[in-house]
Amino acid sequence: MPSAPCPTPKIMISLQNIEKVYRTSTIETLALNNINLDIKKGEFVSIMGPSGCGKSTLLNVMGLLDEPSSGTVQLDGQPVMKYTDKELAKLRNQKIGFIFQSFHLINDLTVLDNVEIPLLYRSTNGKPRQEYAKEALAKVGLSNRMKHFPKQLSGGQKQRVAIARAIVGNPDIILADEPTGNLDSAMGNEIMTILQDLNKEGATIVMVTHDEQMAKRTHRLIRLFDGTQVL
Amino acid sequence: MLLNYIKIAWKVLLRHPFYTFITLFGISLTLTVLMVLTSFLDHLIGSHYPETKRDRTLYVMQMHLQDSSRTSSSNGPMSFKFLTDYAKSLKTAERVTITTFINSSNAYVGSQKIKLNTKFTDADFWQVTSFEFLEGKPYNEQNIANGDNVAVITDDFKKHYFENSSEPVVGKDVEIENIHYKVIGVVKASPVTRPFTYADVFFPYTAPKSNYQGTGMRGGYVAMILGKDKADLPAIQEEFQSHIDRIPLPIIQDGTKFAVMDVKSVPYLENFLGSILNGNPGMKAIFFGIIFFVLFMLMGLPAINLVNINVSRIMERASEIGIRKAFGAPIRTLMWQFIVENIFITFIGGAIALILTFIVIHLINTSGMIAYADLTINLYVFVISIVVCLLFGLLSGVLPALRMSKLNIAEALKS
Repeated sequence: MPSAPCPTPKIMISLQNIEKVYRTSTIETLALNNINLDIKKGEFVSIMGPSGCGKSTLLNVMGLLDEPSSGTVQLDGQPVMKYTDKELAKLRNQKIGFIFQSFHLINDLTVLDNVEIPLLYRSTNGKPRQEYAKEALAKVGLSNRMKHFPKQLSGGQKQRVAIARAIVGNPDIILADEPTGNLDSAMGNEIMTILQDLNKEGATIVMVTHDEQMAKRTHRLIRLFDGTQVL
Repeated sequence: MLLNYIKIAWKVLLRHPFYTFITLFGISLTLTVLMVLTSFLDHLIGSHYPETKRDRTLYVMQMHLQDSSRTSSSNGPMSFKFLTDYAKSLKTAERVTITTFINSSNAYVGSQKIKLNTKFTDADFWQVTSFEFLEGKPYNEQNIANGDNVAVITDDFKKHYFENSSEPVVGKDVEIENIHYKVIGVVKASPVTRPFTYADVFFPYTAPKSNYQGTGMRGGYVAMILGKDKADLPAIQEEFQSHIDRIPLPIIQDGTKFAVMDVKSVPYLENFLGSILNGNPGMKAIFFGIIFFVLFMLMGLPAINLVNINVSRIMERASEIGIRKAFGAPIRTLMWQFIVENIFITFIGGAIALILTFIVIHLINTSGMIAYADLTINLYVFVISIVVCLLFGLLSGVLPALRMSKLNIAEALKS
């Protein structure tokens, strides 16, 4: 008996003819040039390229943090180009979790309060909000640091808090901008393992990296050069 | 969410103690000035001891007379007879009292002169007002009919006049302007800012030197008309006006013929402003305009300053703003966060201002700058202060919040 055909995984992020131009009064810089890219649900994709080639800009466009100058962005099948600020905020809140190279934790809040941030904008009540945040922290092995402040943590711990914050809302997509860039190799490996585990659980992950070894641990590599996709 | 905002606001305050000091200093100083000012205005025009029924009392303080050529006019209090004929006879009023405004006198303790203020009043004065009798009782109609030389004195005068002020003084003699009076009662004094009730010594109007027998229109007396209810005041005013309208014109006063006569019974605030502004309605608009301008400057300038500090401080929180936006905070929510934070800071300033106001008010009350001053922070003053805090917080928070919430996320995260 012939086996049933494998269903084609659905496209989670779709970029078509994306261009991003930065303009000042004297100069125009083309940061992204005609990018066409589909990322399927459950994929773990890495983006590499030399500094200034547009990797972070591409990630920002995917994460709805920045608007392209032209082209269309679809997230989970929804074209977002005409979305209002409120609709974009809602989409980011429900679909995307971000991890940044410099962690971007709010130093004035405890670890637990930092992790709760995405849930604040979902109107999740206080008690369940705390429970979800504690679960996320347990997942990254930081249950014992809930009451600490970011300044009391090591770089690796900070990045794990940032991962907990990214996953607390159970988003479909995780966008990581050089998540191991500020960490030593041991810590970097640890973070990469957590990301791989999240991917195995179903998250679609796009990661910008400079590290070939880290990129090899992902499903697919995209290379950029001067704003153009070369691989 | 609110708790999260307040936590952040508190941490931001602790982050730069010097900035925080400047901010809170500005807010609390401004609010202190406003609260003391409000308390003083309330002291001036609110219903307080011994004029606790001000809200249902009308005041008749001035008569305005003018000749037909408008070359001479006469302004001032009225005669006892005039007020008896036209105010005392009001049927819609609960009670009417006629009293002199303020008369200056001297008394002597040994060789030491005591300057004092006296009032001649009728017996109803003690019913219309709410003086607290520490000793004795007020004089009554019988004392007045008998022409008794009796006096009600204040506790402060008692302290100055009698050597042993702890002993009761009812029945003792006081000598004022070479006339002996028997003390019949001692009351807690009324502040100098309430001229209808302020005096050191009160005499029945039939006592010597009261000039109550004058037959002209003008004299040294004013009246307070007490209504049964606040709602009765318009009817009382109408009846009083109808009495006045019946007076045949022209009238002759001190040999001058006056074709115009104007006397009004008005609530305290109107009377107070009328006396400040000489009753000119156009001037009232200017007066309120100036008050509004002063309040605006008092609140507006520090608010603009605070906006400036807030805008520059907000830029150092760009990363936080970027993060919140990235994780789903819409512009409106972020604006609210910053406004709530600002209001929280303003309320801290408000709390400091409240303490400072208590201290300033205590100093005013005890310094003797205003005789018998009893400035307070009552519920009314407190509610006004809260509203002022809210306004101030909004004024200084909206613009920085608007600027911050429009930050581009990617740019904010780079900072």
